[in-house]
Amino acid sequence: MTATQSFYHTPAPPHLTGMKAWLLTHDHKRLGLMYLGAIFFWFVLAMFLGLLLRTELMSQGKTIMDAATYNATFTLHGVIMIFLFVIPGIPAIFGNFFLPIQLGTDDVFFPRLNLFSWYLFMFGGLFAIISLFVGDGFPDTGWTFYVPFSVQNSANVGLTVTAAFILGMSSMLTGLNFVTTFHRMRDKSMGLMQIPLFAWSLYATAWVQILATPVISITFVLIVLERFFHIGLFDPDKGGDPLLYQHLFWMYSHPAVYVMIIPGMGVISEIIPIFSRKSIFGYKAIVWSSMAIAIAGSLVWAHHMFTSGMSDVSVFVFSLLTYLVAIPSAVKVFSWVSTMYKGSIEMTPPLLLALIFIFLFSIGGLTGLVLGAAGTNIHVHDTQFVVAHFHFVMFGGTGFAFFAALHFWWPKMFGIMYRFKPAYIGASLTGIGFMFHYVPMLILGLEGMPRRYYDYLPQYETGNFLAGFGGYLLIIGMVTMFVNLLLSFKQRMPAPVDPWGGTTLEWTVPSPPPVHNFLHKPQIADFPYDFTGVTEQLLQRGGEGPLP
Amino acid sequence: MTPVQGVDQAFWYILGISVVLLFGITVVMVYFVVKYRRSKHPVASDIRDNYKLEIIWTIVPTLIALSMFVIGWSSYVGLRTVPKDAMEVEVLAQQYSWLFVYNNDKETENELVVPVGRAVKLNISSLDVLHSFYLPAFRIKVDAVKGMPTYAWFFADQLGEYDIQCTEYCGVDHSAMVAKLKIIPEKEFAAWLEKESD
Ligand code: HEM
Ligand SMILES: [Cu+2]
Ligand SMILES: [Cu+2]
Repeated sequence: MTATQSFYHTPAPPHLTGMKAWLLTHDHKRLGLMYLGAIFFWFVLAMFLGLLLRTELMSQGKTIMDAATYNATFTLHGVIMIFLFVIPGIPAIFGNFFLPIQLGTDDVFFPRLNLFSWYLFMFGGLFAIISLFVGDGFPDTGWTFYVPFSVQNSANVGLTVTAAFILGMSSMLTGLNFVTTFHRMRDKSMGLMQIPLFAWSLYATAWVQILATPVISITFVLIVLERFFHIGLFDPDKGGDPLLYQHLFWMYSHPAVYVMIIPGMGVISEIIPIFSRKSIFGYKAIVWSSMAIAIAGSLVWAHHMFTSGMSDVSVFVFSLLTYLVAIPSAVKVFSWVSTMYKGSIEMTPPLLLALIFIFLFSIGGLTGLVLGAAGTNIHVHDTQFVVAHFHFVMFGGTGFAFFAALHFWWPKMFGIMYRFKPAYIGASLTGIGFMFHYVPMLILGLEGMPRRYYDYLPQYETGNFLAGFGGYLLIIGMVTMFVNLLLSFKQRMPAPVDPWGGTTLEWTVPSPPPVHNFLHKPQIADFPYDFTGVTEQLLQRGGEGPLP
Repeated sequence: MTPVQGVDQAFWYILGISVVLLFGITVVMVYFVVKYRRSKHPVASDIRDNYKLEIIWTIVPTLIALSMFVIGWSSYVGLRTVPKDAMEVEVLAQQYSWLFVYNNDKETENELVVPVGRAVKLNISSLDVLHSFYLPAFRIKVDAVKGMPTYAWFFADQLGEYDIQCTEYCGVDHSAMVAKLKIIPEKEFAAWLEKESD
């Protein structure tokens, strides 16, 4: 047993062997990989459910399934994508694996709690599966579970919201772990302005996870209580308020969209500088904008309710606040693009994915402006325009950040490199398919086709057919990308310590890292994105190519 | 300006600026990637900040955003300000159809008939779960909530037939919950209104 052995060969705690070395581990890196396995499974499943929905819509009338199945399928697709992929995705996998390393430490603050969170995640998923097969089957309420429909519905709403409740616990505890790790475990010589941006983004996210999740947990409990005891909190006949549910739901679920996107922005803030071999532009502005989004984003929830019948005063206030939250996101986009100015840019699969992210995320943000304005929102609310908008943000944004992160940190996590060419092909196909899939939906929405529609009026057929075609391209692209990554396990091209020329700490430790991450006490740079040293080193070697 | 024109103007304003911004960001991004590719530009400059630039690109977007807010809000006010002489129709949503009740108690299902040239106010409510009344041609949409009346209005300026759809998911036949708006001449309408509903 030498100190340089990778964590794959060093169980933690040390006495564990075989499967137990994984299932009972306290090692943040193993847990990150265990999340990767589970989350990847859910993503692929939900992706194919999405394709089924899309296929059904390709022609008018019944194509491959009936209305009831369609409705349950989009609910299942939405629930999986939200609670089992986009919310946990980047923090649970890459956050777990890289937060401690970027902070110069050997694990998270509560390693056992970390393991417990993983089990909660698995149980939550298990509950979702069980609710598919028992009783009257999976709910068809949409992932929003609006009352009174969700209370009167005969399907398994109770079990499904219980699953979401458990998943919320998992997310909250992960947040708690990250906040404490950030403050208590960080290398003593690493000041606040020396922390990598990915770590900052996880920190901002963690606070939202801790503060907002309890609201949705309570709301889900209320649904269950209503279903069994008919208290009437949301029922005007019994003195309840029919809009209360929507307020409670979005009070969590709007902040949750920042839980989905901020870590993705953190990933992009790492990738752009490395491949430009140049400092991130406006480090402080990016840190502040993450915190600003986390705070201000908690105050805009009712922009999902402009047509709900709430007062016009609320519409005014929430529309105004929504526009103010748009600014920090715009600042980030400008900073990323400026980072490339006078850089020394090397094209790689993670960079290509990051560029596609910037493009798609910008469309997501800009279509958000249409939704934020009161008058225009009324027309496009709950139409295909909204569906396209949120796929641009969650899929074009977080989804592509997730793919970029996979390609960026793959060599570090597994110690092997993948082939670039198939990765480029897969990424480009995914990007092109994406546009074919969602641009028609933007137009369909402007033309007035509602969402959650199993069938539609004849004038919407062409758009839906095109979107279906895009959906297939999109999936072919993603499958190419994933198969290429998986093939790297067969090819086993070894990855060096620092394949990209990075400056943050994960690029100073072996690939894959040893169980305690660092072989020597880490050297903390004054500024985490100082590439002048990297460039000089390269010039001394007098040549191109990845650093040793 | 009619409410429809107001909303469309807001659409064009916001979408127009968005397209310009998207185009700008994309072109600059691609230009940098090509111009500063490593084979042509092996050594990067060390630029970390430019406070002046950062202040500008915070303030200018804030002003643009505020202008969008204002134009969006004023178009919304148009959708909410009902003319005094508007004719009123009660709208009741139920799983899965629309009921329209006129002030002489005439009731129709999935067919809203109004005379041309009139402002029409719809008083909307639901008999069961949430629904949402959507009339895309007139840019109006509002939820139908049991126990909480809501309203919308439009100016019936052109003869014709228009689609009405439900936009709040309400159950298995949500997508079949569609109705027609028929705008007909004044006289025809008067006769239609007096005819016994079958
Ligand atoms: C990161 C990836 C994705 C995320 C986060 C995501 C998320 C969601 C969410 C939250 C919904 C709303 C469900 C509801 O209304 O309750 C939805 C609906 C839908 N998604 Fe996705 N999705 C993703 C990828 C895909 C893919 C790959 C496809 C198709 C190829 C797809 C097709 C659809 C369709 C057709 C709907 C129904 C739209 C409607 O409301 O009418 N999605 N998705
Ligand atoms: Cu929101
Ligand atoms: Cu409906």
